[in-house]
Amino acid sequence: MNEPKRAIVLYLLMHQPLRVNPYTIFDVGKRHTYFEGAPSDDKRNNEGMLRKVADKSYFPTLTMFEELSKQYPEFKLSLSISGTLLEQLEAWRPDIIDIIKRLVDTGQCELVGENYYHSLAFFYSRAEFEMQVSMHKQRIQDVFGVTPTAFRNTEMAYNNDLAYWADKAGYKVIMSEGWDPILGWRSPNFVYRPTYTNQIRLLTKNYRLSDDLAFRFGDRTWEGWPLTAEKFVSWANKAWDQPLINLFMDFETFGEHQWEDTGIFDFMRALPEQWLKNETHSFMTVTQAATSFDPVDTIDTPQTVTWADVERDLTAWTGNGMQSGAIQSLYDLQDHIISSGDMQLINDWRRLQTSDHFYYMCTKWFNDGDVHAYFSPYDTPYEAFINYMNTYHDLKFRLHEKGYDV
Amino acid sequence: MKVLMLGWELPPHNSGGLGVACYQMCKELATQSVSIEFIVPYTAKHNIDFMKVTAATPQDVKDVIKSGIAYDSFKFIHDDGSEEWVSIFDQHRIYERGIESISRLGDFDIIHAHDWLTFRAGMRAKELSGKPLIVHVHATEYDRSGGNAGNPLVEEIEYMGMMLADRVITVSEYTKQVVMKHYRIPGDKIEVVHNSIDIGSYPEQSGDNLYTYLDVMRQSGWRVISYIGRLSVQKGLTNLLQAMRGVVDRAPKTLLLFIGSGEQYEELVNMAADLGLAANVLFVDFQRGKALTDGFAVSDLFVMPSVSEPFGIAPLEAIALGTPTLVSKQSGVTEVVRNCLTTDFWDIDKMVDDISSVVMHDELRDELHKQSYAEFCRMNWATSAQKLRTVYENAVGALV
Repeated sequence: MNEPKRAIVLYLLMHQPLRVNPYTIFDVGKRHTYFEGAPSDDKRNNEGMLRKVADKSYFPTLTMFEELSKQYPEFKLSLSISGTLLEQLEAWRPDIIDIIKRLVDTGQCELVGENYYHSLAFFYSRAEFEMQVSMHKQRIQDVFGVTPTAFRNTEMAYNNDLAYWADKAGYKVIMSEGWDPILGWRSPNFVYRPTYTNQIRLLTKNYRLSDDLAFRFGDRTWEGWPLTAEKFVSWANKAWDQPLINLFMDFETFGEHQWEDTGIFDFMRALPEQWLKNETHSFMTVTQAATSFDPVDTIDTPQTVTWADVERDLTAWTGNGMQSGAIQSLYDLQDHIISSGDMQLINDWRRLQTSDHFYYMCTKWFNDGDVHAYFSPYDTPYEAFINYMNTYHDLKFRLHEKGYDV
Repeated sequence: MKVLMLGWELPPHNSGGLGVACYQMCKELATQSVSIEFIVPYTAKHNIDFMKVTAATPQDVKDVIKSGIAYDSFKFIHDDGSEEWVSIFDQHRIYERGIESISRLGDFDIIHAHDWLTFRAGMRAKELSGKPLIVHVHATEYDRSGGNAGNPLVEEIEYMGMMLADRVITVSEYTKQVVMKHYRIPGDKIEVVHNSIDIGSYPEQSGDNLYTYLDVMRQSGWRVISYIGRLSVQKGLTNLLQAMRGVVDRAPKTLLLFIGSGEQYEELVNMAADLGLAANVLFVDFQRGKALTDGFAVSDLFVMPSVSEPFGIAPLEAIALGTPTLVSKQSGVTEVVRNCLTTDFWDIDKMVDDISSVVMHDELRDELHKQSYAEFCRMNWATSAQKLRTVYENAVGALV
């Protein structure tokens, strides 16, 4: 068998939350629709936001990947699609799902598993987490006819427990941030094994090269600007003796975070040619990469690592009292909600678990005055909290109506 | 730079925020090498060493009866000891004559007049000396009348002062817009210099809170919403009372504390009773010192629902004393504090929503305060004083 070639592992995360629409205390007990009602141009209007991101990012980017996969049989990529996004695409842009189906059918695109609601359930309720993972797995099988063999938790939130769980659940590979304090002297460009596991392998994000695209690509004050495919390949080749370049990022990097006029699409179209010029180079999907190379070491991650902010922890979602109070309150309802058997109520409760809701309540950046760093459909973290907690009170109202003591 | 500063009051003889703002502003200007002679309309001791304070008239401050709005009549004591009641307009004239008698007007580089009370004197000083006049707008008649038609004589003085001045300073972008829209002053003549706060003037609170009852009620699960300030139509308090009805419907263990006096007192008491809130609303008269600061400190949320508020220092005092704030969007202070709840002054439903949420969720109250206190701790007058100096220098330079 031939020696496996050095590979770029391109993984893109597709997710849109169902944002909570304006919902005041006057609505509590009267109206149980939390995710609709905002004016069409409002940033909380889910259909409007979905259509916008589909036009700017999903459609042109997926079309580009379809062309690249025809042009270069060696081109591979991996995607994940949250359940909340799949539902919205089915409702408003089913053509996007069709393109992904065609990509998956080529065998050049792997779909990565996650939890359906893009939630932090792993840290609050294992039973609920496992339910959401199996819901997602089922949905992916139904729509695309494939079963995920790789797993990535919400916001790349990872620790030993998660790796242990994924190993037992039969996944071949799990993904995490390649954060220096975890890797120590190690490079993110190898396959690893999480401690306390038997089979599963770990791929870690090369955050420097990933963030060159995801965050810095269009920044004209960045010393690397303008970034061409040729320059990028030369940077990747500094690690010529290491097997993998793990480029993990939001799908919306293409066309939304980096607008078309930054040249991000031209860059991506040129990358396969530049990279494959060298015959020892290839592209691999996540599972291919993890199974093509043997683990070189074990990685111990007792504390939770995410891919957010300089802290790389969960504080962007649970760091202040509003956030921890809101998420704790929601999970405190679990037993009553589940035992009610009311599927509409259960679904609303699950949709309120999406991590974005808590992210909007973050106060970390609010004081900096750097409004660009602060992406939220609400004016302030406090508005986000007030609006969200009103829906929580309505869940309680609905439980009360069913005779629960809440 | 030598500045002739025309003001109406200075602490401890102030009736409101104007005197505090002038005092703190001048103190910082003095550290930035600006020499100030501050003219007040009364004779009193101030214990101020960073500038010269001069009385425009011999009347003693004890004889000057003032209300918060400086509208009431004044008792004027003549040199021969005879007394005369004069109107606020006559009082301006007396102040103006006092300015005329200052023979050294030509020694100053610039004249800086605070609010309409001193505008006539400012115009006269400019006429006599030929020096540039800066008028500083802390509040307009439009604000004081709560957006209704105000006193046309006052508006005329404000308009004349702003027209004849070389530059107009407003305490917020919001007030700049008011001055442009309601007084038709061109925007390029107006400079925004935000008020600030001297954070060192808020020492740690000590001793038991004087509002023992409220303290005890809070420990048994009640929550306290407060408004502290004048009870006048400018402050939008009838909307707050209406909102309170909605809050109590949802969170019965909520109290509303009013501390202050003013022309709306009786109206508000009656209205609270009519709304069935007699047991939920407490009225406390105007307070100073610990009785004032403890009122802020005992609250879970301070609300300033003003119809039109050029700046509004009270929310900063609340934050200094441990209490987060809900402020109307028609308030200039929202330009310098980001971490507060905001609402349009007329949006009673939004007030119900916001206040209910604070009452029901201590974590919202605590995070709001934590973040706004961090903002408060970064505040200082240095940036604003620097801006003022630039305005002075440009105005003086324009004459050369």
